[in-house]
Amino acid sequence: MRSDRAPLGLKIAAGAGLAFMHLPIVLIFIYAFTTEDKSYQWPPPGLTTKWLAVTWNRPDVWEALSLSLRVAAISTAIALVLGTLCAAAVSRSKFFGREAISLMVILPIALPGIVTGISLRSAFHLADIPFSFWTIVLGHATFCVVVVYNNAVARFRRTSGSLIEASMDLGADGFQTFRHVILPNISTALLAGGMLAFALSFDEVIVTTFTAGQQQTLPIWMLEELVRPRERPVTNVVAMMVALVTLLPILGAYYLTRGTDTVAGQGK
Amino acid sequence: MSEHVLETERSGGLRGISDVLWRNPRLVIFLLLAPPALWLGIVYLGSLFALLAQSFFSIDEFSGLIQYELTLKTYRELFTPANFDIIVRTVVMSACVTIAAAIIAFPIAYFAARYAKGKWKALFYIGVMLPLWSSYLVKVYSWKLILAKEGILNWLFETLHLSWLLNAYLSIPVIGGNSLSVSATGTFLVFLYVWLPFMVLPIQASLERVPASMLEASGDLGASPRQTFRHVLLPLALPGVIAGSIFTFSLTLGDYIIPQIVGTSRRFIGQAVYSYQGTAGNIPLAAAFAVVPIVIMAFYLWVAKRKGAFDAL
Repeated sequence: MRSDRAPLGLKIAAGAGLAFMHLPIVLIFIYAFTTEDKSYQWPPPGLTTKWLAVTWNRPDVWEALSLSLRVAAISTAIALVLGTLCAAAVSRSKFFGREAISLMVILPIALPGIVTGISLRSAFHLADIPFSFWTIVLGHATFCVVVVYNNAVARFRRTSGSLIEASMDLGADGFQTFRHVILPNISTALLAGGMLAFALSFDEVIVTTFTAGQQQTLPIWMLEELVRPRERPVTNVVAMMVALVTLLPILGAYYLTRGTDTVAGQGK
Repeated sequence: MSEHVLETERSGGLRGISDVLWRNPRLVIFLLLAPPALWLGIVYLGSLFALLAQSFFSIDEFSGLIQYELTLKTYRELFTPANFDIIVRTVVMSACVTIAAAIIAFPIAYFAARYAKGKWKALFYIGVMLPLWSSYLVKVYSWKLILAKEGILNWLFETLHLSWLLNAYLSIPVIGGNSLSVSATGTFLVFLYVWLPFMVLPIQASLERVPASMLEASGDLGASPRQTFRHVLLPLALPGVIAGSIFTFSLTLGDYIIPQIVGTSRRFIGQAVYSYQGTAGNIPLAAAFAVVPIVIMAFYLWVAKRKGAFDAL
């Protein structure tokens, strides 16, 4: 007999743990509507939607948002290509140095972000590369590869080799097999990996502070406000916006891969 | 395979290339691997080695210029009391955060792995995934709101007439301070909050693999729930705990933003790296400081591998 009732203590501990993980984010949504603009007063003295309009008319927020979106889009595209290629090679066969390759992919995310950041910065310095849009992308794509790789490698393992052989037996060449057999099989995994990579890049701040120079991505804009608060209400609204923008790809990735044995996003 | 039969049909550029690739699986592997290996090898490993190399240079104390001669002088500087303090403080903080995260994460992971079914299981999964992936800065910002003097936590203590308790706690040296937002406890809370989800999923993954019959057998043989936990459940879940701790430990070691926003003026490794490479212009010392987390994590990963933690990832 297996008991299916959880002990009360466990239920409380698990519930409290989950609440601890979510309540602070709920606060962000409340503060975005507070009328107080000088302090973080709780409870909010009143609620208003005025700050949404104020934020909407701020060119610096729009610029930062647009830069973040462009960086995330291009980094994701690069990561999708590199991550898929790497996953295809690693899952297809055993070869010398296979372990080293998977270690190399994971390293940028296993080592603290500051190590990645300062390495890139000192490398740019040594090579006399000026900071630009592309130096930010270079950093982001590097740590986004692992997310795509993880999703793709799991799916490649599940895609049976006999499908590919059957396609070849029926006369398709390698490219046709890729287009009509492999791609439909891995597409949801790639989409999920891409969404997660996008969320990761959109939100990244530690590496970006080292590779950005004068440009401001949205997280860097927020960081400045966090260190030296100037306009709290606008920051509150931006925080809510960022929370929403990262929320959607995550839920999307979850729905795309749910029901498979490896659901997207288990490792960040 | 089919090559022979279809030989006559196959002609033209793409087909030709495809056939060459099919006959040379090694070539395919090479072509697949070349772009990612080049990118990661040049951009990432190249930079990493450049950084490591710089840590063996030193800075001239008078001119402030970097001397390009191999020396261990910079590494000796790490062991001056002020710098060594930073390292110890960061490692202690990482250890505390890791232990606290494991304690809070375990019940969540255990409930999700053993008791949650169907809809609840999905809910728990999303419940951990959302905080894991939601924006780092937004999470830190929310704690700035919570810990502020006029914020919700102080309000809560006041409404419950427990302000004296908070003040008594804050008067404890080292972990206390003027207010929660400028105390080591504040830093600890934010670290714990931000890295906690990284602990839950690996523990859950390892607990999913523990057969319920094993726990029942332990109970049938007369063990109390406490004994079952200590001698059956915990050893089996340990690889998951270690896997999770890799994240919490590594992320705390390298973070420089959280202690800058919430906490005392005492610095952490990340802040030291940031300020030495920035305003101080002492790249060799910054590089040597950056090597510290690498060495600690290499050792940590080596131990974790021996304990079988990678199977739980």
